[in-house]
Amino acid sequence: MATEKKLYTVSVYTENNIGLLNRISAIFQRRHINIESLNISVSEIEGVSRFTILIHMSEDQIKKILGQIEKQVEVIKAYYHTDDDTIYQESCLFKIKSDLLFEERQIQNIIKESNAHIVTVNKEFFVLEKSGRRAELETLHKALSVFGIMQFVRSARIAVTKDELKITEMLNAFKNQ
Amino acid sequence: MDTLTATQKQYLEQPKERISGSEAIVRCLLAEGVDVLYGYPGGAIMPVYDELYKYEDKINHVLTRHEQCAAHAAQGYARISGKVGVAMATSGPGATNLVTGIADAQIDSTPIVCITGQVPSHLLGSDAFQETDIVGISTPVTKWNHQVTKASQIPEIIARAFYIAKSGRPGPVLIDITKDAQFEEFDFQYKKCTGVRSYVPVPKTDPSSISAAAALINSAKKPLIIWGQGIILSKAETELKALVEKAGIPAAWTIMGASALPTSHPLNIGMVGMHGNYAPNVLTNDCDVLIAIGMRFDDRVTGKLDEYATQAKIVHLEIDPAEVDKNIKTDVAVLGDAKQSLLELLPQVNDNSHNEWLQKFKDLYEIEYEKVIKNDLHPTKAGLTMGEVLKEINIQTKGEAAIVSDVGQHQMIACRYADFNITKSNITSGGLGTMGFALPAAIGAKMAAPDREVVAVIGDGGYQMTIQELGTIFQNKLPVKIVVLNNEFLGMVRQWQQLFFEKRYASTEMVNPNFVAIAKGYYIEAKKVTKREDLAATVKEMIDSDGPYFLEVCVEKEGNVFPMVPSGASVSDIRLE
Ligand SMILES: Cc1ncc(C[n+]2csc(CCOP(=O)(O)OP(=O)(O)O)c2C)c(N)n1
Ligand SMILES: [Mg+2]
Repeated sequence: MATEKKLYTVSVYTENNIGLLNRISAIFQRRHINIESLNISVSEIEGVSRFTILIHMSEDQIKKILGQIEKQVEVIKAYYHTDDDTIYQESCLFKIKSDLLFEERQIQNIIKESNAHIVTVNKEFFVLEKSGRRAELETLHKALSVFGIMQFVRSARIAVTKDELKITEMLNAFKNQ
Repeated sequence: MDTLTATQKQYLEQPKERISGSEAIVRCLLAEGVDVLYGYPGGAIMPVYDELYKYEDKINHVLTRHEQCAAHAAQGYARISGKVGVAMATSGPGATNLVTGIADAQIDSTPIVCITGQVPSHLLGSDAFQETDIVGISTPVTKWNHQVTKASQIPEIIARAFYIAKSGRPGPVLIDITKDAQFEEFDFQYKKCTGVRSYVPVPKTDPSSISAAAALINSAKKPLIIWGQGIILSKAETELKALVEKAGIPAAWTIMGASALPTSHPLNIGMVGMHGNYAPNVLTNDCDVLIAIGMRFDDRVTGKLDEYATQAKIVHLEIDPAEVDKNIKTDVAVLGDAKQSLLELLPQVNDNSHNEWLQKFKDLYEIEYEKVIKNDLHPTKAGLTMGEVLKEINIQTKGEAAIVSDVGQHQMIACRYADFNITKSNITSGGLGTMGFALPAAIGAKMAAPDREVVAVIGDGGYQMTIQELGTIFQNKLPVKIVVLNNEFLGMVRQWQQLFFEKRYASTEMVNPNFVAIAKGYYIEAKKVTKREDLAATVKEMIDSDGPYFLEVCVEKEGNVFPMVPSGASVSDIRLE
C-alpha cells in the first residue's frame, strides 16, 4: 500500500537563503527522483520562503525524502500532502495570432467557456491566461492547438493545505525558548 | 527594541572594537576555544594568515603538506577530543583539496569547521584566478555552508558554524570568506550561537517510545545490542555499559562504535559487518529483539537488506530522524540523544541475564577462533601476518593506544584485533573509506591527546597517498607511531580480485620505494621488520621511543581478511574462508 506510487505535493518552509535550492534539489538528484514541478515563493510569514514540489513516488519513499529535506539546517518544516489534502492550481499562458481571434469564431467560444482571460491584445498576437487544475489546462491547450499556438508556458503547481500548518507557532516557540 | 532579552541587551552594550574581518576570524576562533588549526596558505586567505602570525602565541596553526590532510587532521583532532576541529585553505585548489576530508567528516558525523578564502566579491562569478564555487561544490557534503562577503557577517556566521558543527548529529561546516571581507574593518563583537530557529539539533524523546522499547527489551529471550558512534558522540559509554550489564544483553559494535565498551568486557561480543566477527553477524539473524543504538544500518553492516534480522523486532535509538526507517523498518524508534535516551530507559529495564543465548556467541567464537583468529594471531607459517603485529601493539600499549587506521585489509585487521580499553580509541574512516586518512588524522589525534599513545596503522598503498605529512610530523615534533603493514599490494582490492575476479590482479601490485629511507629523509627514526623474531622487540622499541617512529612490517603478500560477508550476501552467510 505505502509502496504504490502517487502524486504528492511537498511544502517546505525555509529560511530565505540562496544556497538552499541547491541543497534541496541535490536530495532529489542523488536519488534519481524526477521533480514534476517546483515553485519557490514567499510565504505567509515574513522572511520565510515556501517551496512547493510536486513528485510522483510511493509514500514510503516520500517519508524518507522528507527526512532528508528536514535535516537541512535552514529548513523549518516540510510536509507532504495528497491532492485531497490541498487546494491547488497551476496557470498557463498562450500566445496566439490576433487574426485568429476575428477569423475563428470558435476561439471566442472556447475562451468564454474555459474561463480563461485575455491578458493583452495587439495587432499581431493576444495572450490568454488560464489558471486551474492540470486537466482543465490540458483541455484548453488541446482545443487551442487546432488553431496554432505561437507560444505556450505552464507554471509549477502551487497549493495551500486544507489543514492548518503551525509554522508561526513553531517560530514563536523558538523565540520564547 | 523593548522586545530584546537581557542577554541581547548586554550584548549590544558590550564595547565594540574596530578591527579587520581577518582579525575578527582569528578572534572568533579564540572565542570558540580553538587552540590549534590545520591549514595551508594562499592568495585569497593571506590576510587571515597575517593575523595568525600576530596571534601566534594564542593559536597554533599547523601547516600540513596538503589541504586534504588539514581536513583529516582536523577530523583526527575532533574524533579524539570531542571538540570541533578546524581547517583552513585558500580559494580554488586549496578549497577543492579539502573536499575529500569534508565528505569523510560528513558521512562519519565528525564536527569540523573549514574556513576558505575566496576571491574578492566583485570578482565572484567572473572565473577569476583561483575562483571555484566551493559553496556549490561542498553543498552535498556539508551539514551547512555559507559564503561571507561582508566583514560584519563574520562573527555571527562563525558562531553559527561552530554551533551547527557540534550540536545534534555533528558534521562538517564550510565558511567561504571573500578577500574584501577579510580586509574590511568593522565594529567587532562576538556572541556564541545557542540556537538556529530552523534547526532542531536533538529531537524530543517521546516517553511512550521509551516504555515501548523497555517492554520489548524486557520480553526478549534473545536480545542483541548493536551500538555505533552515537554512543561516543553523545558520551554515553557509561550508560551503554549500565544497560548491557543490567539487562545482560550481548552487545556488538559497528566500526565507528568501536572502543565505547572495552574489548575485554564479557558482554562485548565483537564487531558486526562485512569483516566483523562471526557470532554477531550470524546471530543477528537469530535474535528476537535487536536494539540499535546510535548506528545507521550502513550496507557494510547489514549485507543483504531483505535478509537482515527479519525475524527480530527492531528498537532504534537515534538522534537523526532521517535515519529511522531509512534502511531497516523499526518497531520502536526512540528519537533523541543516546545518553539521554539510555538514562531514561535504564530504570524501566529489568535486571536480567541470557546465559544460554550468550553461550551461542561463545560457541561461534570458538569456531571463528579455530578457523581464523588462531592463524591470524598465532601463525605457524613463515610469513608475518597483520594480526600478529596488532597483537604486539596491544601488548606494548596495554590496549590503551588510540589506533588510527587507514583503509584496506590492515584497517579491518586493526579493528578486529586491536584491544580497545579506552573510549575514542578507534579513529578510522568508516563511511567513506578514504585511503590516506590515517597519517594526517594521527597528527590531529596526537595533538588533541598528547598524553595518549597514538599508533597509525597504514597500508603501503594508502600511506603513499598522504606520505608527505611526515614533513608535518617532523616539523612539529609529534611523537606519532607509524606502522606500515606492507604487503606490496592494494591488498583489499587484491583480495576481491582473488575471490571474485579469478585472481586477475589488475593494477593492485605495487613496487614500493625504500620506506625506511623516506622516513629517515624526514629525520624520523625508522626500522623495517621482515622476520617474526624481530617483531616484538621492534614494536617495543617503537613504543618506548620518545619521538615519532616509523615501522615497516613486511607481511604476507596474499593474506586475506576473514570472516567476510560477500557484498550482496546475507550477514548469516558470512564466510570463514
Ligand atoms: C582514496 C581511495 N581510493 C581507492 C580506494 C579503494 N581501495 C579500498 S582498499 C584499497 C587497497 C588499500 O591498499 P593498502 O593501503 O596497501 O592496504 P591493504 O589493503 O593492502 O592493507 C583500495 C585501493 C579507497 N578506499 N580510497
Ligand atoms: Mg597493502
